[in-house]
Amino acid sequence: MSKSTNKEYYSVSEITLIVKELLESNLNDVTVIGELSNFKPHSSGHWYFTLKDGSAQISCTMWKGLNSYVFFTPQDGMKVILRGRVTVYAPRGTYQLDVKSMQPAGAGDLQLAFEALKNKLNSEGLFDEENKVWIPQMPERIGIITAREGAAIRDMYSVAKRRFPLVELYLIPCQVQGAGAAEQIAAALDQFNDEKNVDVIILGRGGGSIEDLWCFNEEIVARAIFRSEIPVITGIGHEIDFTIADFVADLRAATPTAAMEMVLPDQNEIIGELESKGTELEKLISDRLTEYNNRISGILSSRNFNRPVDTLRTYSQKLDYENMKFTNLFDGAFERIKTGTIHLTEKIYLHNPERIIKKGFVLVKQANKFVGRGSQLFPGDEFELHFFDKKINILPNDKDKKSSRDV
Amino acid sequence: MTKTKNPPETFREKLSRLEAISEKLESEEMEIEDMIKVYEEGMNLSKECLTMLKDAELKINEIKLNNTKI
Repeated sequence: MSKSTNKEYYSVSEITLIVKELLESNLNDVTVIGELSNFKPHSSGHWYFTLKDGSAQISCTMWKGLNSYVFFTPQDGMKVILRGRVTVYAPRGTYQLDVKSMQPAGAGDLQLAFEALKNKLNSEGLFDEENKVWIPQMPERIGIITAREGAAIRDMYSVAKRRFPLVELYLIPCQVQGAGAAEQIAAALDQFNDEKNVDVIILGRGGGSIEDLWCFNEEIVARAIFRSEIPVITGIGHEIDFTIADFVADLRAATPTAAMEMVLPDQNEIIGELESKGTELEKLISDRLTEYNNRISGILSSRNFNRPVDTLRTYSQKLDYENMKFTNLFDGAFERIKTGTIHLTEKIYLHNPERIIKKGFVLVKQANKFVGRGSQLFPGDEFELHFFDKKINILPNDKDKKSSRDV
Repeated sequence: MTKTKNPPETFREKLSRLEAISEKLESEEMEIEDMIKVYEEGMNLSKECLTMLKDAELKINEIKLNNTKI
């Protein structure tokens, strides 16, 4: 390869090899600034793109294992700082930049990319209030998209446990920073929507630098949130951090903890409510019973209700009076009859014939009849003399005299 | 008394049934038999809800991301 050889020409391969060695040995660690264009992530995971400025351009490659450390998704027009080495591809006679790391050219550029995407999505209506869905008041199942390990999931779990342990949490663990994070988050959002098993989704991540949170500024995440039919709440970073995801979400909470607090009711409030509801029910029913009681006693003491009893009393009194009157009448009559009877008895007694006979008078009996008058006596016939103490039978001696009855 | 088709199962269902009962008792003139029935139902619901909260153990289920290309 040395020029000291007397060769008149190089072969293509020889010259290419010389170029390759010259370039690769001198440019094996360079830092280049430029604008991205023709960015194409290949299905293999490798990135192919062009870096250019006003008057030149250079082809670039970034291999799968390395590009996963890039926290943002490169977009055409973005100004970036690339670090890598220049390589020569002999079969095509081209050179390219083999990129090891990529950074936005400055905070200003990231901000610019952010603003550009924000304006674009805003003009498409992704942030419109009318597209936002109501967050359920008492979700039974919550979908969570965050890293499996980390403060975010721990905080959300303890909030849920304290506030409303009846809820069921479903976690799709995702990478939440670096390249590929945005794709995973978007896929997780779609998966929750396919399965339709949760009432609300919390997209959460603990605090970090703007680079750490960058995946939440990616268009693919914004579109997945917008697509979601299940309400999405974001709780990303700290209070001061606003991401594109926050703008698209149905509700933005400052932190993962705040997101969980916003979406879950406080069980202490519910317990208080339940207990007061119980007291309220008891009061309602006892009031109602008292009311009925009062109504019943009101009826019992009312004039109308007592009228039959009163009437009955009146009749009873009347009856008693009549009864008494009758008794008095009867008693009077009875007394009079009794007195009269005694009087009569005495009178009858005075006329008792025995009394007269006792005095010495005699009764005459003939043919079993008492004879009261002399003219009624048949002197020829047998007759009896009744003394008080003795009866004497008289047989007349004059046999000639015929009995008048025999005539 | 209007009958619900199914007895409330979930906490949310129980809670809203309880609210309906309390409203009913407050606003409607009802037979005392029905009133006591509804009242007992309400008291039971309240107790059930409190027990559910007390006994609840937070469950977290992990779901694998389907998208395998990542």
